[in-house]
Amino acid sequence: MFLLPVSFSINADYFFLQFTIPIDNGDSVKNAEADSQRTLYPYVTGTSIVAIKYKDGVLMASDMGGSYGSTLRYKNIERMKAIGKHSLLGASGEISDFQEILRYLDELVLNDNMWDDGNSLGPKEVHNYLTRVMYNRRNKFNPLWNTLVLGGVKNGESYLGMVSMIGVSFEDNHVATGFGNHLARPILRDEWHADLSFEDGVKLLEKCMRVLLYRDRSAINKLQIAKITEEGVTVSQPYSLKTFWEFKAFNNPTAGAEGSW
Amino acid sequence: MTKQHANWSPYDNNGGTCVAIAGSDYCVIAADTRMSTGYSILSRDYSKIHKLADKAVLSSSGFQADVKALQKVLKSRHLVYQHQHNKQMSCPAMAQLLSNTLYFKRFFPYYAFNVLGGLDEEGKGCVFTYDAVGSYEKVGYSAQGSGSTLIMPFLDNQLKSPSPLLLPAQDAITPLSEPEAVDLVKTVFASATERDIYTGDKLEIMILKADGIRTEVMELRKD
Repeated sequence: MFLLPVSFSINADYFFLQFTIPIDNGDSVKNAEADSQRTLYPYVTGTSIVAIKYKDGVLMASDMGGSYGSTLRYKNIERMKAIGKHSLLGASGEISDFQEILRYLDELVLNDNMWDDGNSLGPKEVHNYLTRVMYNRRNKFNPLWNTLVLGGVKNGESYLGMVSMIGVSFEDNHVATGFGNHLARPILRDEWHADLSFEDGVKLLEKCMRVLLYRDRSAINKLQIAKITEEGVTVSQPYSLKTFWEFKAFNNPTAGAEGSW
Repeated sequence: MTKQHANWSPYDNNGGTCVAIAGSDYCVIAADTRMSTGYSILSRDYSKIHKLADKAVLSSSGFQADVKALQKVLKSRHLVYQHQHNKQMSCPAMAQLLSNTLYFKRFFPYYAFNVLGGLDEEGKGCVFTYDAVGSYEKVGYSAQGSGSTLIMPFLDNQLKSPSPLLLPAQDAITPLSEPEAVDLVKTVFASATERDIYTGDKLEIMILKADGIRTEVMELRKD
């Protein structure tokens, strides 16, 4: 399938290439077939994931919603899963692509176990594998529409990284996807410090999730917090946060600007 | 019925600036450590400098997924070279390899703006500067990335590059001493950070000399 770049410049000022798929009206059936083989847009999506390193490992939080556009279609989706013995994967974006990634990782972990050599995949390795998978799919113009958060502990060392749907990856002490990048990251930059206790870490994550609940349209008040330490992974039971809607500004939001909404 | 077009771009610009300056027996390679996407900062501590060989260090800004893939390709080619030739690649050899690797993807480019720095076979500093599809040139100094337009004119002024039209050809290698060059690099980054939103957080400087590589880190403005 040939893609013609509409505008193409090496100049660093122009950041993006615009691609069009050649439309051949006499052959629209064949084109439609070719397109049904690639991801064009996401359908059922999960919203932000927020994760931090703490004293004993990594804490990760996500809500349990799966939106179908603007409809809140699913309210019991677990967007965080344990991978092998040492890693925890959280995903935002297309849920079906997340499930596909879990299938890839199942195979990876299975093959790793079959070696039976006492060695096991650590979070660094899983993160690298996921980065390669995401980048490869982007190269074929058929992305997995997810932003992934990979946290883990192996041999006492904590690890926390992120991969986007086009293969950009990095690791840091705290990460967040989607809206979390805009709303949670500033809170974490201000209040995160090394060697947080478990209670402080959870409080910090809950603070971020509460802000997201107030301000992210696709967030729901049903969240899970997952913890990964040297001992292993635990994903909490779903619970909800206490919210306060009686702020004066919420009650009469247009007080300062009559006529607006 | 009009066909719906793909509404995502395979490219993104993660920002950042890279600079390299060649001296008579050293080479300074520097880059900031900020990685951004759109108007957000993803990481304040992401290194854009990669050591490819003992005497060749690559610094790339642009789309970091492509940069990482490019670095992996070069690393693996270097390993094969070492197995076949029983020695490390020289900087000029790595320069040619990088150019060929970039051109190989001429019709779906690596969105990477590279500066390769190192020591040549005689131990003199050398800097090679590239565009995204592999056209390259040996120069005495270079800046690439989001802050390059702010930095390059200042380097031109300070390092007084001789005209390439002169005969006999004159080397563009700076007569500055190593501490002076490092100081100049710190100055240009501090200035670029003021006006370029994608440059800042921290500055990582690698100084290559015949006896080894030294790294320095300097704080930059975080806004």
